[in-house]
Amino acid sequence: MSSQDIPEENLPAAQDTAHGAVKLADEKNPFADPGLPPHEHRVQDIDERAAKRSERTVALLFTLSMLATVGFIAAYVTIPVDKSVYIWPLGHISALNFALGMTLGIALFAIGAGAVHWARTLMSDHEIADERHPIEASPEVKAKVMDDFRQGAKESALGRRKLIRNTMFGALALFPLSGVVLLRDLGPLPGTKLRHTLWSKGKLLVNMNTNEPLRPSDLIVGSLTFAKPEGLEEHDHGFQTEIAKAALMLVRIQPDNIKDKRSLEWSHEGILAYSKICTHVGCPISLYEQQTHHALCPCHQSTFDLADGARVIFGPAGHALPQLRIGVNDEGYLEALGDFDEPVGPAFWERG
Amino acid sequence: MKKLSARRRHPLAALVVLLLALACTGGLYAVFAPADKAQADETAQSLTIEEGKKLYAVGCASCHGTGGQGTSDGPSLVGVGAAAVDFQVSTGRMPAATSQAAQIPDKPAVYTQAEIDQLAAYIASLGAGPAVPTEEQYGPEGADSAKGGELFRNNCAQCHNFTGKGGALTHGKYAPSLEDVAPKHIYEAMLTGPQNMPSFPDSTLSEQNKKDIIAYLNAVNSDETDSPGGLSLGGLGPVSEGLFAWVFGLGALIAVAVWVAARTAKAKKS
Amino acid sequence: MSTTTTPESRSRGKAPAGEKVADWADGRLGIYSLAKANMRKIFPDHWSFMLGEVCLYSFLIIILTGVYLTLFFHPSMNEVEYHGSYVPLQGQLMSEAYKSTLDISFDVRGGLLIRQIHHWAALVFLAGMFVHMMRVFFTGAFRKPREINWLFGFLLFVLGMFTGFTGYSLPDDLLSGTGIRFMEGAILSVPIVGTYISFFLFGGEFPGDDFVARFFSIHVLLLPGIMLGLVVAHLILVFYHKHTQFAGPGKTNKNVVGMPLLPVYMAKAGGFFFLVFGVLAAVSAIATINPIWSIGPYRPDMVSTGAQPDWYMGFSEGLIRVMPGWEINFWGHTLVLGVFIPLMIFPLVLVAIAVYPFIESWITGDKREHHILDRPRNAPTRTAFGVAWITLYFVLLVGGGNDIWATHFHLSINAITWFVRIAFFVAPVLAFIVTKRICLGLQRRDKDKVLHGRESGIIKRLPHGEFIEVHEPLSQEQLHTLTAHEQYKPLELGPEVDENGVRRKVKMTEKLRAKLSKGYYGEESQIPKPTVEEYKEITSGHGHH
Repeated sequence: MSSQDIPEENLPAAQDTAHGAVKLADEKNPFADPGLPPHEHRVQDIDERAAKRSERTVALLFTLSMLATVGFIAAYVTIPVDKSVYIWPLGHISALNFALGMTLGIALFAIGAGAVHWARTLMSDHEIADERHPIEASPEVKAKVMDDFRQGAKESALGRRKLIRNTMFGALALFPLSGVVLLRDLGPLPGTKLRHTLWSKGKLLVNMNTNEPLRPSDLIVGSLTFAKPEGLEEHDHGFQTEIAKAALMLVRIQPDNIKDKRSLEWSHEGILAYSKICTHVGCPISLYEQQTHHALCPCHQSTFDLADGARVIFGPAGHALPQLRIGVNDEGYLEALGDFDEPVGPAFWERG
Repeated sequence: MKKLSARRRHPLAALVVLLLALACTGGLYAVFAPADKAQADETAQSLTIEEGKKLYAVGCASCHGTGGQGTSDGPSLVGVGAAAVDFQVSTGRMPAATSQAAQIPDKPAVYTQAEIDQLAAYIASLGAGPAVPTEEQYGPEGADSAKGGELFRNNCAQCHNFTGKGGALTHGKYAPSLEDVAPKHIYEAMLTGPQNMPSFPDSTLSEQNKKDIIAYLNAVNSDETDSPGGLSLGGLGPVSEGLFAWVFGLGALIAVAVWVAARTAKAKKS
Repeated sequence: MSTTTTPESRSRGKAPAGEKVADWADGRLGIYSLAKANMRKIFPDHWSFMLGEVCLYSFLIIILTGVYLTLFFHPSMNEVEYHGSYVPLQGQLMSEAYKSTLDISFDVRGGLLIRQIHHWAALVFLAGMFVHMMRVFFTGAFRKPREINWLFGFLLFVLGMFTGFTGYSLPDDLLSGTGIRFMEGAILSVPIVGTYISFFLFGGEFPGDDFVARFFSIHVLLLPGIMLGLVVAHLILVFYHKHTQFAGPGKTNKNVVGMPLLPVYMAKAGGFFFLVFGVLAAVSAIATINPIWSIGPYRPDMVSTGAQPDWYMGFSEGLIRVMPGWEINFWGHTLVLGVFIPLMIFPLVLVAIAVYPFIESWITGDKREHHILDRPRNAPTRTAFGVAWITLYFVLLVGGGNDIWATHFHLSINAITWFVRIAFFVAPVLAFIVTKRICLGLQRRDKDKVLHGRESGIIKRLPHGEFIEVHEPLSQEQLHTLTAHEQYKPLELGPEVDENGVRRKVKMTEKLRAKLSKGYYGEESQIPKPTVEEYKEITSGHGHH
């Protein structure tokens, strides 16, 4: 604690010297505290008519509040919940919401305004000085407390009976573990769940919009299509969790324009199937610019070049979008040739 | 030619083929027919194309090439179809002031609808492409706005925002607001994918789907759209809400606090 | 009545009913002793002292409206098909949480209003806490004995952020779901335990069926419970320490000057509650907040552009948006620095401001109580640090809304991101330097005012033709107010060798402290305030120049 000490002369002069008797302007110290200025009267203090006016204003505000509350109830009872009105400049808004909000607002505001106006104009405005007392206890009080504590500690014999003390600490330290253990069933262990999606060899690519399997000819160069694995329906339990991993973004690029060799191999006639889930923190990324072949994430602006293996070219994402290997089955429909070969979505510690 | 085969069963395919056939015959006839007989035999269609060609030569050829084959300043227009022409020229994007900007903005149309039709007919005559949609295709009859909402959130909202208020793309490009955009133009944009917007052909986003999306936009992003809670604050979400809370919420409360804490005016000493 | 009343009961009967109730309560609660200390407690008048009340009242309003909302909200993720009043969602699949929020908005009369008051009040609550905290910071009100209350307030701010975030997530709409997804991604980035924490939090893989119900109990029970306790403790300490005040005539470190609680502050503070509530109700009548019906139900494969959290989480959004995508793979593991570094900077930004009072008191070594507030200009280094911190915060807010900035100011989103990346390091430094200069300039002006008087704007021509501006001398009240602040001297380490010529050992921490102290109170960092001697020398001379 010695480092906390500081030579007295470095501290500014104690500032409460002016405390106590009000000093008058004196020649010795023109900066001295002249004390509280004398009280000045408000109009309401000397003119009873002004005070009456204030009283009427306050009463008017309180009356306005009463009327507004009546209005609130009337609006609640009479205005249908789905009624829409046009109010400039707000637009086509709910009549009930506006009426209730405004009447409630006025009812409350008028009470507040009345009370404050009352306080400001009619209640005494004499400034009062209240003494402060140091928070710290006096040395006597502190000595008494320390004595009491020593006495108590001695009587408990906590310092002497080490066995009791140590086992007590042990017991207190261990019991919260029960609480920690109880949290175990909050969820299953991760296992390899983040590594697999519903995609597997032979699964057809189903168009999200029409719910029909896709053929290569459906996709033209420059188009953007979203697909899900066949068999996954919106009504299914667990749809949300599965689509969060399996959502697919399909684009078609002239094969000559595809720069990444592996990406070209995994595509079908220039149709590329990428995971729709951003590798940064998992937003569905699909702001596809068909001329530049860039896909932008709307959440954090990671930008991927879909013509170059979905490589990251800007933003906070750490690695490329996983690509799904696709082909065409005997009936001419697009199918997956397996699951993604790496986990989709945000990176995690075990991803590797 | 996969594209064509996919469209074979399209309800309008017959019409398109017919128009194309007419355009081709008309065009061929115009070229090969003896000059003296041309006046008498020309069809309305070939006249339209001829007019379109003239307009094209004046207003478009400098960037897109004399035969629509494209130059370094503008892409080829062979096969883009009448829908693309109608969209680009009606929304004022074409003719563009420059091809160097990040994106070509919409502005008041330079051509009349009749001229646009002529241009569209000429471009359509260069190669098969999507035709201008009819009122029946984008009109409100038989549309499901709720399904359209789901489709919009899946296909469009990522760039255009929940209710089509627009959003940012890379390097100064942007997805424009869809407010006050004619249903026909929305339909054409989906069909043709102007500039950096990907296209959503009928094979992946069916005609009914497009109709639903337009119905949804009409429900949530028009002058008549209800905003039950009051000012919609641009429909931009938490950024504008936060700004409003600071300026008008906290701002108003601080103004009130200043009044509450201020000294009451003192009587003037006379 | 046939029974005769005893003198005792008659005297009890004479006392007013209110007094009787008070007597009854006093016999059991000892309220008279409490009232004696507090009924005429003094509160100084200053608008900035009411910022805390804005927070307190919006907190109460949030609790009131929140309880109402729980009567109608179903915290469940069961999938249901919607057949309610809002046409553009007819037949859509959604969670019960989302559906019940739609019902509150469209079918419960006044439900939309209460929802909007709840949400607007939350935004104002956080904004109010931010400004209140800055008021306390810039006036040095955090100094002894109020450091603990500063920490309570800071905890309230942080807990408020998380209560807001969990509440924003409850309707299970597309926007908040995207926010939860971001949170899941951030948790996954934590080395070693991240995947496990994520699975425990969501009851398995994202999004699962559990998080709405879990966030609900965190949002309505756990966090508000802690906050309520902290608010009570915060208020008790405010009462116990008594309010700070600005320097002025009659105001010393040992008194507090103002109006009594009864009646003036009872009316003013009580009235202010109604004023705050009234303003928030009117705002909720006028402006929509979080129109979840146009946002749509959450689907993890859907998203909208312009996906932002509420403003108080905006700076963390900025951090994550401008971070480069660093990722290290080794021995079968992935260290996701691109997400983990922002996740670590996020609390650091907050902690930097939280620990500041302790750093300052370590540098000054001052152990006295401080009840007189500093004017920000009189503590240039502290003020500069505070402005630098705010600058950092707002630079990150800009980063968090970079897409909205891009579309509304026709800028490139990439350019904004690069601007924020550079400004993150440069802007706070610039803000620090500029603020300090401004503070010193203002100190100089104060000094001139004290020594030469106020510029009157009157030009006088002297007999020999010279023009001078007449300066009016200040009143003693003003002279006192402008010279009441205290100035520290920089810490001296003392001579390097002691009197015997032996090199003294100076600890590294002491050297650091001396250096910081010089930075705070050295010649470059404060203008010595005018002394009585200087004043007399100038004023006793001829003419006021």
